Amino acid sequence: MKNGQPVNAGRRSFVKGAAASAGSLVVGFHVPFLKNADAQTPSSASTAIPEINAWVVVKPDDTVVVRIARSEMGQGTLTGLAQLVAEELECDWAKVTTEYPTPGQNLARSRAWGDFGTGGSRGIRQSQDYVRKGGAIARTMLVQAAADEWKVPATECTVAKSVISHAASKRQTTFGKVSAAAAKLTPPKDIALKDPKNWTLIGKRVARLDTVEKTTGKQIYGMDLKLPGMLNAAIKACPVFGGKLKGFDDSATMKVAGIKKIVRVGDDAVAVVADTWWHAKKGLDALKIEWDEGANAKASSAAYAEVVKAGLTAKDAAVGNKNGDALAAIAASAKTVEAVYSYPHQNHACMETMNATAVWTAEKCEVWTPTQNGEGALAATSEAAGLPNSKCEVYKLHLGGGFGRRGAVHDWVRQVVLIAKQMPGTPIKLIWSREEDMVQGKYHPLTHCKMVAGLDEKGEITGLHMRISGQSILASLRPEAIRNGMDPVVFQGLNDGGGEAMIGYGFANLLIDHAMRNPHVPPGFWRGVNLNQNAIYLECFIDEIAAATKQDPLALRRKLMTKYPKHQAVLEAVAKHVGWDKPAPAGVFRGLAQTHGFGSYVAACAEVSVSKEGALKVHRIVAATDCGYAVNPQQIEAQVEGSFVYGLGAALYQECTVKDGRIVETNFHDYPSLKLADMPKVETLIVASGGFWGGVGEPTIAVAAPAVLNAIFAATGKRIRDLPLKNHSLKA
Amino acid sequence: MAKLNVNGTVRDFQADSDTPLLWVLREQLGLTGTKYGCGIAQCGSCTVHIDGAPVRSCVRPASSVKPTEKIVTIEGLSKDGSHPIQKAWVALDVPQCGFCQSGMIMAATALVKAKPNPTDKDIDEAMTNICRCGTYNRVRAGIKMAVQEMANAKAGKGAGKATKKVANALGIEHTEGQLSRGEA
Repeated sequence: MKNGQPVNAGRRSFVKGAAASAGSLVVGFHVPFLKNADAQTPSSASTAIPEINAWVVVKPDDTVVVRIARSEMGQGTLTGLAQLVAEELECDWAKVTTEYPTPGQNLARSRAWGDFGTGGSRGIRQSQDYVRKGGAIARTMLVQAAADEWKVPATECTVAKSVISHAASKRQTTFGKVSAAAAKLTPPKDIALKDPKNWTLIGKRVARLDTVEKTTGKQIYGMDLKLPGMLNAAIKACPVFGGKLKGFDDSATMKVAGIKKIVRVGDDAVAVVADTWWHAKKGLDALKIEWDEGANAKASSAAYAEVVKAGLTAKDAAVGNKNGDALAAIAASAKTVEAVYSYPHQNHACMETMNATAVWTAEKCEVWTPTQNGEGALAATSEAAGLPNSKCEVYKLHLGGGFGRRGAVHDWVRQVVLIAKQMPGTPIKLIWSREEDMVQGKYHPLTHCKMVAGLDEKGEITGLHMRISGQSILASLRPEAIRNGMDPVVFQGLNDGGGEAMIGYGFANLLIDHAMRNPHVPPGFWRGVNLNQNAIYLECFIDEIAAATKQDPLALRRKLMTKYPKHQAVLEAVAKHVGWDKPAPAGVFRGLAQTHGFGSYVAACAEVSVSKEGALKVHRIVAATDCGYAVNPQQIEAQVEGSFVYGLGAALYQECTVKDGRIVETNFHDYPSLKLADMPKVETLIVASGGFWGGVGEPTIAVAAPAVLNAIFAATGKRIRDLPLKNHSLKA
Repeated sequence: MAKLNVNGTVRDFQADSDTPLLWVLREQLGLTGTKYGCGIAQCGSCTVHIDGAPVRSCVRPASSVKPTEKIVTIEGLSKDGSHPIQKAWVALDVPQCGFCQSGMIMAATALVKAKPNPTDKDIDEAMTNICRCGTYNRVRAGIKMAVQEMANAKAGKGAGKATKKVANALGIEHTEGQLSRGEA
């Protein structure tokens, strides 16, 4: 079993395509990892086995192949989606394996697998309905095939664990025996799904389907792909965003062993192609490159800070949430509380740097790459190749992390195709160095936020104004989604209602608005997206109001949350579990945070201590998630724990700064990540209230930083409003 | 032709004197289980054993490794994925994306060999590999599970397969096949 590899149909079309495109590839051509996959699935000729439907193939040996459209990048979606299909299919979970359909097949079949996009914690919640139906329809057809063979009504047959039974005649058969007949039947039009109370696999703590290969080194990632005759490329794009390649002197590069070619890539990059990647990188390092750095050559973080700061009081602001008249209420208030926060640019820093392999000919272009959106990668391939989608194909490989970097923009795919186009028929594998990955990112947006609350004589909040200033992701990536100067995604977690990301507090007078200020640093969807900074701004400021009015932070939140029971429920679960009503251990201090994002309600309490010297230790995190239905609790726990690694690493250490128009930080030495020794104990509470499907991979990131910042305030009285924490002293 | 002793076999390779061991393993010997993450010995994805000690192969020139020194990569750690650390990793579903896990496992196996009963502090100090998905708590739990397993095996209490029987602390439900895969 080899999960998450392209489907066999993909291999077949690839071999054909490669044979047609490159004579040198025909003899003895094979893709090693696919051969390996064959060895692990004994009856792997699934090309010869008709599918029951787009989602399900059953082999004669009863192996069930579940097709997965979304990408596995560590978040467990491969296993979770297979659980959803298998639940309705009533198959034996031990016989389930998975495969990826290709984006080209999806287009050729009128998008039979729907959306391939794997971001926004949408994998399960936005495909659960149709994948469960896919499983249910396949089950119905398999049972019908058995009933037809036995000449009994299908309604008299029962099914469990891939075995179909007819009690009256004491007959039994298995899915594998009737799958060929089932594939010929017409699928039922209407299909009922199980009542959640009858689920036996959804909600179970089953092990992931893709773990073993990751413990033996056998899992093939994009970077590991090897094709016959393949050459390797290293690339450098203009480090100043928007700059161009002027020229290069290759005299030193040509002296490096194994160099095959030096090519311009578009108008802003140069690549060195060599026999090995090490030679390509060495050749690139020796290349003397001249850039036209363009208009941004002098840009700096300090200059941006001024521009964004000015937005905090600017007149031009798009309103995201408004209730009553906050400005008037604040003006008339007895007292105000005010604070200004900021959140820096950050790189996703996937463990596996961007990479892809491409073969281009005038007739066809094929790409192998780790991507969060196979169809997006196909579109990038087609555009760069100068060929229609129908003459291109993308094979998704396992991702060494995604976090949003590998979804919305496929800049590395465009590059590899542009290189391959200059060497027709030769497979080219492009790998970005870590340094390239760090300076050519799509960064977490830079924002500042001014929070102002008006209080009456009793300290009750009369009005709240939250002014966000700074970068819009959509303005860069989906400008068509900007309406009247407003990027709706900026207000993640602050919306007035809706099932996606709504504020959990009621204010009689509220104004949340955004002054858009876009630096030249390209923004991207960074795991958690805008929920990250918005939760810091709001949750830390709620704590500031609590401190200013001498209220318990939990008590103040309770007062504001009366109309938001689901938000409050996760917060209450955390408070109860951590023992908020009892003191923390000596020297340990607590901080709370909650938010709603990606359709789920999350809350956390951090327990920290700060030494006299200012050393922060995060001891324990209690985190609660209400994702409606919990498909695989042990994987939800893994995502929640991982969210604290990603979120705390960002809060403690990570910042990408700009000097002379380029990103300064180039590797993990100056862009540190959280390490094992920093890792707190995490206690995850799954408070699944049912009735909806929420996302899991991202929301918890957003409560990591504010919970810890609030705990730091409790410990030290210091209010940290600008991240990362490494820029501040917590010394007493 | 220079020689390296990798996973019990002497292999020929040809590389400039500055070529890191990582790239010889990946590009010449076809051992892609060892990963490139940073190239400056910061992340540990490239960790291999040289004579049992963990080494970050991205900064170690292959030419500096003597043919008598024994290199072990993730592919050679066990024939069938049965090292107690590998088995604990499966039992606890440690990996997420998995990209860092070869290096993580090589660091962990070196640790439990050097210190059969590591303290939390030992684990903190030895496990400096970067994991961006955030598997650290399961990594720690996996090391402790493997240590227990190895102690049991040493005491003659059900070597090797005990992991299958011991209910893992996270209550993860495996199929028989998942636990015996690799045991071949």
